[in-house]
Amino acid sequence: MMRVEMLLAVSLLVALGTALAGARAVRVTRWLVLAAPLLAIITGAQHLMQPAGGASPEPFFGLGQSGAVAWLAPGIMEIGPAVDAVSAVMLLVVGIVAAMVVIFSVGYMAEDRSQARYFALLSAFTGAMSGLVVARSLLELFIAWELVGACSYLLIGFWFHKPSAARAAVKAFLVTRVGDVGLLLALALLWKATGTLGLAEVMRAVPTLDSGTTTTIALLLFVGAAGKSAQFPLHIWLPDAMEGPTPVSALIHAATMVAAGVFLVVRTWPVFEASPTARLVVLVIGCVTALGAAAAAIPQTDIKRVLAYSTISQLGFMFAALGAGAWQAAFFHLVTHAAFKSLLFLASGSVIHGSGTQDLREMGGLRTAMPVTAAVWTIGIVALAGIPPLAGFFSKDAIVDSVLSAAPVAGVALLLASACTALYAFRATRLAFAGTFRGAGHPHESPLTMTVPLVVLAVLAAGLGAAQAWFAHIFGGHGELALPVALTSTAIAIVFGYAGWKVGVPGQADGPAAGAAPWWGFLRSGYGVDGLVMRFASWTERSASVAVARFDRAVVDGAVMSVPRAVRALGAVMNGMQTGEGPLYASLTAVGAALLVGIALWMGR
Amino acid sequence: MIIGLLILIPLVGCAAVLAFRSPAVSRALALVSTSVTVVLAGLAVRAYLTSGAPLTFAASGTVGAFLRLSADGIALPLVALTAVLSVVAVLVSWNAERLSAHLALLLALEAAVMAVFLAADLVLFYVAWEAVLIPMFFLIGGWGHEGRRLAAMKFFLYTFAGSALMLVALVIMVLAQGGHQMAPAGTVALGSREQLVFWLLALGFLVKVPVWPLHTWLPDAHVEAPTAGSLMLAGVLLKMGGYGVMRLCIPYAPNAFLASAPLLAVLGGVGIVYGAAAAFGQSDLKRLVAYSSVAHMGFVILGLASGTELGMQGAMLAMVSHGVVAALLFLLVGSLYERAHTREMSAFGGLGTSMPKWATVFVFGCLASLGLPGLSGFPGEFAAVTGSFLRFGWPVALVGLGVVLAGAYNLRAIRAVVHGERTAPEGTAEAGGHKHLSDLVPRELIAIAPLALLIVLLGVWPRIVTGLSGSSIADLVAILAGVR
Repeated sequence: MMRVEMLLAVSLLVALGTALAGARAVRVTRWLVLAAPLLAIITGAQHLMQPAGGASPEPFFGLGQSGAVAWLAPGIMEIGPAVDAVSAVMLLVVGIVAAMVVIFSVGYMAEDRSQARYFALLSAFTGAMSGLVVARSLLELFIAWELVGACSYLLIGFWFHKPSAARAAVKAFLVTRVGDVGLLLALALLWKATGTLGLAEVMRAVPTLDSGTTTTIALLLFVGAAGKSAQFPLHIWLPDAMEGPTPVSALIHAATMVAAGVFLVVRTWPVFEASPTARLVVLVIGCVTALGAAAAAIPQTDIKRVLAYSTISQLGFMFAALGAGAWQAAFFHLVTHAAFKSLLFLASGSVIHGSGTQDLREMGGLRTAMPVTAAVWTIGIVALAGIPPLAGFFSKDAIVDSVLSAAPVAGVALLLASACTALYAFRATRLAFAGTFRGAGHPHESPLTMTVPLVVLAVLAAGLGAAQAWFAHIFGGHGELALPVALTSTAIAIVFGYAGWKVGVPGQADGPAAGAAPWWGFLRSGYGVDGLVMRFASWTERSASVAVARFDRAVVDGAVMSVPRAVRALGAVMNGMQTGEGPLYASLTAVGAALLVGIALWMGR
Repeated sequence: MIIGLLILIPLVGCAAVLAFRSPAVSRALALVSTSVTVVLAGLAVRAYLTSGAPLTFAASGTVGAFLRLSADGIALPLVALTAVLSVVAVLVSWNAERLSAHLALLLALEAAVMAVFLAADLVLFYVAWEAVLIPMFFLIGGWGHEGRRLAAMKFFLYTFAGSALMLVALVIMVLAQGGHQMAPAGTVALGSREQLVFWLLALGFLVKVPVWPLHTWLPDAHVEAPTAGSLMLAGVLLKMGGYGVMRLCIPYAPNAFLASAPLLAVLGGVGIVYGAAAAFGQSDLKRLVAYSSVAHMGFVILGLASGTELGMQGAMLAMVSHGVVAALLFLLVGSLYERAHTREMSAFGGLGTSMPKWATVFVFGCLASLGLPGLSGFPGEFAAVTGSFLRFGWPVALVGLGVVLAGAYNLRAIRAVVHGERTAPEGTAEAGGHKHLSDLVPRELIAIAPLALLIVLLGVWPRIVTGLSGSSIADLVAILAGVR
């Protein structure tokens, strides 16, 4: 068997080597970056090829104690990698998407002078993400969790000379860090309640905890998950994260890192299973996010922002499934979404590369100029909209079905979200690919290094639905279609897809009807949540923190500095008496003598 | 014997530097004596790990009766830190004015700090404690920036006031135990005076740490000190406070320590949030790093106050980590100031393009400072928070605000200085249409290398420190458990 440790070591060594070798060697080193993704694929595949896919009865699998080492201090906090069926599937997802992204980037980033830094970070990210999915303990998961966040920060800010990119990077890091504090507290509470952070040990201890503690732990874990997976109201960083190079958006901000929150809940499922309250919160937040973000995606004019809101919305679908208790459905959707959304992002990268713009209003007619990209984009869009027989249909159907039976209102919300999904998907498709080109220059099809990964991902996006039965075999959950739901959601997808096509008229970017501009703009701004939070952040930066700094000088330091001032003032008074005038001294002496006599008399009374 | 040399070698080096005075010879002597001290510190660590018992040294005679040294798991990580940072301090002072005096002061400082960490005698401890002030006072006053006079006086008087209180406590302790050796824990009962002794000692230590609100000497001293001074001040001198709590407060006054622990935890927690908020509000890069020290040392106090093994291990890790990270950041800020003659963040921009090496190391240092796992800051802060959560529960959650703010001020510094369009301050030489700032030179990279290496090593494998400090900290926990 492939050792997971080797995968982690190779990814970091390649990252270090690529960074140190610099720009001159990058024509070679960028291909070496494929090592880590390939090792991830091999490790995952080897595990799944065991009998029954290496399945075990619990979702946190047979993560035993063997090979664990105490990390923090002797006997305290053990870590070590462990692979089970869930992590094996995740390794495949990470490995395949990362490999495609690396190959795609060879073409996409060919002209960039800082390629070495870019590819080094890709390798480091792949290693950290693999470390996240094979973690045996929550501490180890948290370490990897933060490291993927750091890679994300560095890659969003890759073109750091652009102020917007630098700002977006900081925003992404800090918003997710708010969630990370929740996760950190979950760890502290778990350590206090169970005395361990090992996943298997913690999950075994869950039944012994009282329900209040369990719910608190579950909610804190979910705060962390919501930050990473951009769930309302911590979703605001993801649209801005599109400042990063597009292949990075495909890998980190669509397929893998943003799905880590879903993975975390799957991994700690017994905690959520034991807490109906926490599941209800997850369900509500998931549905609000799924519907809200899908609606916000409709009026976007930047092709990447459409996809960003779409990702937020799809992650909302996954959390809704988790809230409804169907972790298998959420996990299956994580996998299919990884395929079709990374496909869509890479296709948008190809569009940006070929047309020189990412503004939908300046595109059009790319169907003829970029036939391969147009074809794979369409596959991705159909999969996203949930139209059979592509992958998204099967996984979304499973989610809607389970949510409908758990909470009908929530199910209806998801059906509405599906309608919006079809709407924005086909609107964007028409704006980009139909009609005639409205931008400047001559759009052209991308080179082979970019189109080949697109085709591979398109095959997966089209065919992964067939894996549903196999998935159900390994993880449980339902493996066949729920026919009434399937028919309803297919009908919705087709009707609203057609509506979206109608809405996608060039020149109507501010709404299909006169007077629509205000609410169109309100939707486009993501309901103004972002503006509110950013106003608070800038108040903290410009006013609150400066006030603390001033307070420190004026009040805290001022109090201290008043001591020498008082001493000096006292000295000045004393000094003033040293006049050299005999009569003054004589009278002071007389006063002093009188005082002393008085005291002596009083004391001797 | 080795631990005696840890003090002697820097002293000999100091004397030799003063005797020769030529710059080249001074440099060589300073570098050799600090490097030899690093090797000796390594040997001491190895000897301690092999034998498992504290290393001791005792001289004889009237004066020798005070010269009792001991090195255990609490002292050795800080001894090793001091040794490494002293080499770095020498390297960054390579081209200082009045070079041999500067280097001699650094070596004297190293010897004094070593004596603080190694003293097994209360009188020696006090003498060494005060002796540390003298070279640092002259380093700030003689080589500092514009406001150096006030800063040096403030530093000296503030910490001197603290140690005057400490002296009273030491006198009471000597009288109570009828001798000046540090007594084994539990052998001296201070009775009704325990509370008094604890607070007298603690005030001296807490000023040094510095704990909020006794911290205001620190920003001035750090900002005005020359680079090597800030580096030693933040890297080593602050740790004397945390060390003192572990070495004297807990063994001599465990009851009082336990009774005051909630208050200490509050002060530590306030320091974490307040220091980070104040750092976020700075426009001067060096002042930002200075305030970040207040926040980081807050984790040390929080971990110590927990009285748990995890929390105290965290405090030790946080001390060593902060020593290395603060040293790195002060080094970088110093090298930037040498080139640009300003530290205002608004004067810079796009250094990622114009000084890529400097920028890379700076981003690395800031990530370590904000507590990124994999680098040295995380294990200590994580252990301190978790350990204090065990003891104090939910109120500890409030330090989460400090964790977010730590991200904010560090990333703000990166965004202001490294990211964005290329700008350089007025008066910088122009080349190729851009104001030109030269990148790090090999000497600076050599000084950076051990710090960067330690940041990674401690982050990946914190047991380098906790393995060393483990049994001594377990002893402290046992003392506290005995009186609880």
